[in-house]
Amino acid sequence: MATLLAAFLCGLVFAFGLVAGGMTQPSKVVGFLDFTGAWDPSLALVMGGALGTHTLLRRFVIGRPQPLLASRFAVPTRTDIDSRLMAGAAIFGVGWGLGGFCPGPALVALGGGMNAAMVVVPAMLAGMLLHDRWFAPMYAANTPAVPMAGAATEFGRDG
Amino acid sequence: MEHFTPLPSLIGGILIGLSATATLALLGRVAGISGIVGGLLAGDRGEWAWRAAFVAGLLFGGAVAVAFHPGSFSMTLDRSTPALAVAGLLVGFGSRLGSGCTSGHGICGMARGSGRSITATVTFMTTGALTALVVTQALGGRL
Repeated sequence: MATLLAAFLCGLVFAFGLVAGGMTQPSKVVGFLDFTGAWDPSLALVMGGALGTHTLLRRFVIGRPQPLLASRFAVPTRTDIDSRLMAGAAIFGVGWGLGGFCPGPALVALGGGMNAAMVVVPAMLAGMLLHDRWFAPMYAANTPAVPMAGAATEFGRDG
Repeated sequence: MEHFTPLPSLIGGILIGLSATATLALLGRVAGISGIVGGLLAGDRGEWAWRAAFVAGLLFGGAVAVAFHPGSFSMTLDRSTPALAVAGLLVGFGSRLGSGCTSGHGICGMARGSGRSITATVTFMTTGALTALVVTQALGGRL
């Protein structure tokens, strides 16, 4: 129960951060990505503020023997930069620049009853399922079975 | 720079950073939204509950925000329904293929100094900027 409450509150604070930062207004996102014209640098402060805060504070966390409500830290450890990472990030960026929504803000906007999110979120979930159910099994079958046990969970490891 | 909102955006960023830190300190997990949602879709039973609770927090946060500040969700971009559907599809597919999104790579991964996340972030910022540029400049901001 404590775990669920903690996860809920983490999601809630994350949502407030996205809203306060302006990430749930697609015009601000696209206004940041398009640095020609009337550039809106606000999102640099959202990302910089989040990255700075987390970089500074996580060192106090990661040195502890275990998390407060779980038995171990489950942090991604992969270091290989492969074509899937590059292609996935590139495709993600195109979608982000097209609609101004990334996954977190899209979900928060859905909770806020935003019309655009009612289109974006189902499409996003469909895209995720398309990858996980259809595309990932194809490349898993073609990948030499070196880390056999990891095959099923290999994707989605960075967060 | 007509719409620049430095203070609210910085405060928003700090809140996100605090949430990511609390997620790690309490649950031992990375606050990567696409990973959390993807895990929910995969139906991994042992991990299902905390992920569902986190997403519930995101949704509830939106509901609270709209009650106090409806302008939080203003849609002033000129995007048709098919354009938004394509955008959502690409974001969903790309985030799973690339193992992360703005939060998982851009914040959590970069904070760890992960080469994969730095590479991913530079890549999606670049393609995002190019896409926004094309839509704004070549298509007149309508799609």
